[in-house]
Amino acid sequence: MIKILIPTPLRPFTDKLDTVEVSGATVGELLQNLTTMHPGLKQHLYAADGKLRSFVNVYVNDDDIRYLQKHETPVKDGDTLSIIPSVAGGARP
Amino acid sequence: MSGELPELSGDEIKRYSRHLIMPEVGVEGQRKLKAAKVLCIGAGGLGSPAAMYLAAAGVGTLGIVDFDVVDFSNLQRQLLHGTPDVGRPKLDSAKDRLNALNPNVHIETYNAALSSENAMQLFAPYDVILDGTDNFPTRYLVNDACVLSGKPNAYGSIFRFEGQASVFATKDGPCYRCLYPEPPPPGLVPSCAEGGVFGVLPGIIGVIQATETIKLILGIGEPLIGRFMIYDALRMRFRELRLRKDADCPVCGTHPTVTKLIDYEQFCGVAPHQVEAAKPMTTSIDALTATDLKAELDRGEQLVVLDVREPQEYQINKIPGSILIPLGDLPKRYVELDPNARIVSQCKSGMRSAKAQDFLRSKGFTSVRNLTGGILGWIDQVDPSQPKY
Repeated sequence: MIKILIPTPLRPFTDKLDTVEVSGATVGELLQNLTTMHPGLKQHLYAADGKLRSFVNVYVNDDDIRYLQKHETPVKDGDTLSIIPSVAGGARP
Repeated sequence: MSGELPELSGDEIKRYSRHLIMPEVGVEGQRKLKAAKVLCIGAGGLGSPAAMYLAAAGVGTLGIVDFDVVDFSNLQRQLLHGTPDVGRPKLDSAKDRLNALNPNVHIETYNAALSSENAMQLFAPYDVILDGTDNFPTRYLVNDACVLSGKPNAYGSIFRFEGQASVFATKDGPCYRCLYPEPPPPGLVPSCAEGGVFGVLPGIIGVIQATETIKLILGIGEPLIGRFMIYDALRMRFRELRLRKDADCPVCGTHPTVTKLIDYEQFCGVAPHQVEAAKPMTTSIDALTATDLKAELDRGEQLVVLDVREPQEYQINKIPGSILIPLGDLPKRYVELDPNARIVSQCKSGMRSAKAQDFLRSKGFTSVRNLTGGILGWIDQVDPSQPKY
């Protein structure tokens, strides 16, 4: 099982869980299994064309999957997957 | 910073003595700080602690861009402003506070919204830009203007209990667009006004931004370049992610396609505040006002008022008789509702309830109207006795 860390803005779609344990051999499989368990997440992670949204980054441990093998990036027990969306909070413009 | 560094006065030597005795700062470092010019974009949650520490540390010139006025709801985290400042321009209270903190610092205020027209000119005199804004168009604008003008961007962003920080747009480092090439569509990511923010969180993140700014000025330590710091206040955990400069980045890559500032409102879709303002345009089949709703309820019409806010918001104020199903729970719980009931969808101001309306219609609900202006409209038009938040 791989631990997936869910960021605050997406927790409403994971029954408020901050961590979800999912099985899978690649990043793609993990995300597939995650969105099957929590279908509400899907539209927040993927665009209509099936691509990961460009304001959502996925990291295996501390590395961005865009610089690994993207969805084919292999994962092993003990790895942590982080989903990091962009957030804009601060002062009013 | 170029040319001769300014001398320190006797008063300044006393004031900065705890810096001066550290070899990493010393007299020369303190003079570098005195010569430095830092521009804070926003005098809110992030800008407050950042500007206060930068002023205390002796940064010679602090510029602040803001056009907001102080609201009661700011005081929980925006320490530049106090209770007597409510209703004053944030720039005025910021200037007073910073001058009191350190009269040696020159404060420049810009009562303007940062825009593609004024950004390059505003940035020109400054050495470091500190991004403390709350919206995507300005984030991308600050980033691009930093890249195009060659100024480092001490970046911070917050949401509820989580914060992010990094240093973007240094000569060889990544920029914000390397990290996030495009913004989310409007409405998909809630704002602090919608999602709330833990008051002490911007203290941590704003002080990280100030720390990195001072390190850049002094040229000491390991700057937060190519590293993305994520902070979770609830777990009290910092995590560091690796950040790479993207050779294909549209603004800082090897073949940039963005070579001057663009229209950032358009780039980010419609700005969230415009979406909200546009809501009352919908027709009566889609929407109704609080006054209309009150009249229908008084006539005894059979309506289901569906409040899609969070339980903690429901505790603050509510429309009597409404039922609560938070928007995030709706995909699982909509089956509790009768698809033929006459539903009025309601939230704080009308954004989330419009999403609930779309969702319920997609599930075959026959009559779903959105309450224009949400509970705030209800309080304004029908029941001023309830508190607003």
